[in-house]
Amino acid sequence: MAETVLKHATKTALTLVAFAFTFTLLMTVVYQMTKGPIAKSEAAARIALFQQVIAHDRYDNTVLKDTINLAPSTLLGNKKPTIAHIARMNGDPVAVILEAIAHDGYSGDITLLVAVNVDGSLSGVRVIKHTETPGLGDYIDIAKSTWIKLFDDQSLIKISVANWAVKKDGGTFDYMAGATITPRAVVTAVYKALQYFEVHKTTLLPVTETANMISTEVKQHESI
Amino acid sequence: MSQFKDITENGIWKQNPGVVQLLGLCPTLAVTTTVVNGVSLGLATALVMAAANGTVSPVRKFVPNEIRLPVFILVIAALVTVIDLLIHGFAEPLHKVLGIFIPLIVVNCIVLGRVDAFAAKNPPLPAILDGFIMGIGLTLVLATLGGMREVLAKGTLFSGLDLALGESFKHVVLTVIPNYQGFLLAALPPGAFLGLAFLIAAHNWMEQRKTSKKQTPKPTNNASLKPAH
Repeated sequence: MAETVLKHATKTALTLVAFAFTFTLLMTVVYQMTKGPIAKSEAAARIALFQQVIAHDRYDNTVLKDTINLAPSTLLGNKKPTIAHIARMNGDPVAVILEAIAHDGYSGDITLLVAVNVDGSLSGVRVIKHTETPGLGDYIDIAKSTWIKLFDDQSLIKISVANWAVKKDGGTFDYMAGATITPRAVVTAVYKALQYFEVHKTTLLPVTETANMISTEVKQHESI
Repeated sequence: MSQFKDITENGIWKQNPGVVQLLGLCPTLAVTTTVVNGVSLGLATALVMAAANGTVSPVRKFVPNEIRLPVFILVIAALVTVIDLLIHGFAEPLHKVLGIFIPLIVVNCIVLGRVDAFAAKNPPLPAILDGFIMGIGLTLVLATLGGMREVLAKGTLFSGLDLALGESFKHVVLTVIPNYQGFLLAALPPGAFLGLAFLIAAHNWMEQRKTSKKQTPKPTNNASLKPAH
């Protein structure tokens, strides 16, 4: 009796192992087959995303490969090291693309892609991940509204520190009634990302002479 | 041939997974914010169900009863992973729309339910058909629920179709109610529960009308309606 139980159990176990082996093999084959195309389409998706925050004719380098690792920082809101991408034209840095996370949204973290020009102004901001209430707080998403474009060309110089807030809090940024927590979190996160850029400017974008000229030109332009 | 007719009738109406069996509620409720989302997930589920039933049915005699559930789960999870990888690798636009839903199919108990209840006892051809038709039955429910919620919440129909099939489909998006302020409840989870409740009620009502029509010639049958002791 004991022998048949043992025999039965062995047979059952072996069947399970055989199934596990066969299907793992199947998945391995398909994984190897699709690895290339998936990496390619993911890279294309990243580039399309970068395209939204910085026009592609402003740089000529491979932004995807031109990266710096950033340590966790409270200004960026990242708890794990992240990667920043650098856009260059003829070797000179044009802008840096940072990932910032707002922890104080209405529901869950809001992940932003913030492109900061070498002169400290914003090239563009996009929300890449959020779980805000559909129909209320989700207007920060470019798919729902153009609100996020309010940040285009803004900088710490153009808008004073006190005005980096939604209008309800006495700032410059519009918001939609009924959802102030979400835009407040986004505005703060963008502001902090700009501060991060100011603090770490030299490591992010080691300024060359041409870039220096551009930035002074812009400043002069602004003062006029 | 009548077996195939039965399978179709069961999948679409009598044993509809969405409104009768009530299996796979998690994706049903989570995904049906628009018609396009509902149909996309429904079709992906139908594909997985047909594949899972078709894989399990030929090997059903080799699977000992004690380990049938782990084996079925293994098969389903592997198939979903394979389909996910294939779509991601070779149909990128489709993956953008379906991507987040496909892993959800593993936890959809309707897939395991049909594999265990049907494919484990029937030959491959009816099994594949059963899986596919059950999936289509679910798709119909998801599409209806998605349509109801989309019209109530946003006042549109077929929004997001341009994401799935390309920019040229943008004009297909219908604005049912112009200048609509939106009804947030319909887009949130409670809206899904309420919508599904209405669909189940409608299904039950139609079934009841059908049976009561059959019973009218024999009023004596009313005795069976007396409550049991």
